[in-house]
Amino acid sequence: MTQTLATERTASPTTSKQEQELATGAPAREASSITLEGVKKFFNRHDIALDGVDLTIRPGEFFTLLGPSGCGKTTLLRILAGLDTANSGVVKIGGKDVTEIPSHKRSINTVFQSYALFPHLNVEDNIAFGLKMQGVAKAERDRRVRDMAEFIQLSPLLGRRIEQLSGGQRQRIALARALVCEPDVLLLDEPLSALDAGLRGQLQVELQRIQRRLGMTFVFVTHDQQEAMVMSDRIAVLNAGKIQQLSTPREIFERPTNTFVARFMGHTNLFDITSRQANKLETPLGILEVETQTQGNKVLIRPETIEIGPDAAQYANQFTALVKEHFYRGSFIEYRLQIGEVSLVALSSNQGQKLYNVGEQVLISVCPEDIVTVASED
Amino acid sequence: MSQSSFTISQRRLQLRETLHLLWTTAPGALWIIIFLVLPSLYLVSMAFMTNGTYGQPGMPLTLDSFRQLAGFGFLGWSPGNIYTLLRSLWQTLVATGLVVILSYPLAYYITTCRVSLRPIMLLAVVLPSWTNQVIRAFGWMNLLAPETPLSNFAQWMGWIPPHLGLFPSNFAVTIGLVYNFLPFMILPLYSAFEKLDVHLVEAARDLYASPVKAFWTAVFPQTLPGLLAGVVLVAVPAFGMYVVPELLGGGRSTMIGNLVATQFTGASNWPYGAAGALLMLVATLVGIFLLRRLGKRVGGGEEVVI
Repeated sequence: MTQTLATERTASPTTSKQEQELATGAPAREASSITLEGVKKFFNRHDIALDGVDLTIRPGEFFTLLGPSGCGKTTLLRILAGLDTANSGVVKIGGKDVTEIPSHKRSINTVFQSYALFPHLNVEDNIAFGLKMQGVAKAERDRRVRDMAEFIQLSPLLGRRIEQLSGGQRQRIALARALVCEPDVLLLDEPLSALDAGLRGQLQVELQRIQRRLGMTFVFVTHDQQEAMVMSDRIAVLNAGKIQQLSTPREIFERPTNTFVARFMGHTNLFDITSRQANKLETPLGILEVETQTQGNKVLIRPETIEIGPDAAQYANQFTALVKEHFYRGSFIEYRLQIGEVSLVALSSNQGQKLYNVGEQVLISVCPEDIVTVASED
Repeated sequence: MSQSSFTISQRRLQLRETLHLLWTTAPGALWIIIFLVLPSLYLVSMAFMTNGTYGQPGMPLTLDSFRQLAGFGFLGWSPGNIYTLLRSLWQTLVATGLVVILSYPLAYYITTCRVSLRPIMLLAVVLPSWTNQVIRAFGWMNLLAPETPLSNFAQWMGWIPPHLGLFPSNFAVTIGLVYNFLPFMILPLYSAFEKLDVHLVEAARDLYASPVKAFWTAVFPQTLPGLLAGVVLVAVPAFGMYVVPELLGGGRSTMIGNLVATQFTGASNWPYGAAGALLMLVATLVGIFLLRRLGKRVGGGEEVVI
């Protein structure tokens, strides 16, 4: 299938697929899936980057590899791009085994973290680079570069030198340079990490729109869980070269399967389960009523599911807590609470209600269905 | 009030900075004026003087030296000087080319070695140049002389007639030049390779460049400033080289440096020598100008500073 697409790409000089996409807003071609089977990568005996990764990325999906630095996410991306080779395992793109195929023969392009734009070429030549290397004729190349520049709204910059561009502009040129080749899969290695917060948010939305519009498979690498949640269809959380959880952003945030994922998603209210009955768990906090439970030996209470104040009386799992600290964060208020010997963080959305002072005793409660049991790491 | 006092102190500060700058640059500036600018001016003016009966430059101003340089002598025109100039250019070109071919892979190889090993390898590159040029040239004389293994081998291969050596010859001069100037190419290339951005190479590979194309599109442009700097460091002194053609050329393979030297010593014709030196200077400046143009074009409009 990849083969036919490749020939089609060079054989249709009259209307580029991009143009069709721009006109109709619908993807003009089928996106590619990615399958990884038992992919292992080690640099030496003590430095294992990937410890047997099995993964299927669906065609046209915005897929994110999320994890702390050194978790193996960039290595995985480099193996997909063909810039690194796995020590064992199989990489398939669009059903075709590409494990042994070098980078320049894979229909995959990468947006690098450092952008890696060629400083000795101007913007136009940077964008045209991939097409030139593929041997696309000059007339078609020029047209596709112009179309792409229009698509990312940087047409006036085509004659500029790279050093004259801002970070955000460079980021877009790097994106354009990869997209113009119309690859089966686009890889993005923390492309937004060097930008300031405002621009970053803007580009997150823009990237997601471009992906929806082109219907291309995007594999995105980031260490920022907010960014991952905003953009992705599905997320794989990686740690120590292993996939910890692979699911939708909502599932990963609300139902983390282990303490690593829970902590990485920013949850801190984790308590040991000392003993368990059918629907009751005994924890240092007290007895908690739950709706469902798994084998996990820790319990997670997400701070935003904690009800504080008079409303708390309606729900199960009521406790009286002492306010130790509170932080006014604008759209919500963060309370540091203490119940007996246990500390607890609660986030209360700011609807103009009464704020509690340090030293006050408040009633809190948690709905049984909001309580999740998670497994300890290893 | 604070406004005016601010401007006053600002002006005073500027004055102090200017004075400071003058003090600190004065020794260097004086040195350059006394030992470079003035002698150069003297040299230029001498090229237009008449050679006196006892070899002293004097008036009136004339273009005789340049006519002599172009080959017009008492016995009519001879192409000897033209040959010398062309030989100098050719030797410079060949030697620089060979130095590039030898240095490029070597400099790259050194950057791939362990960090602890690199200073030792660079030292090995530089070490020979700590020895006197003359001594090194004599070393090559001994290696290339007739009846030595290298000469015998060349005879056996049929490259040179029997009973002759590889020295003295144009070939020996080329070898001497290459050997002499190798470090001046390796060092700038090494520093270019050391700060090579590997991501650019990966980006090229990712964008469908084969390994060979990735070299020319991503590696070579990055090393170009180092390469051009090396070319200048090698070609300029090679063009004016005196010792190597004098010793290894055996009087037959002279270069323009020898021509100039002869006029200032044995021939005692300073204006003629000055004209030759001026010619060398002009040729060198033209060469550097052309290199800069080339660097700008290949480097995509990027200023390649030499």
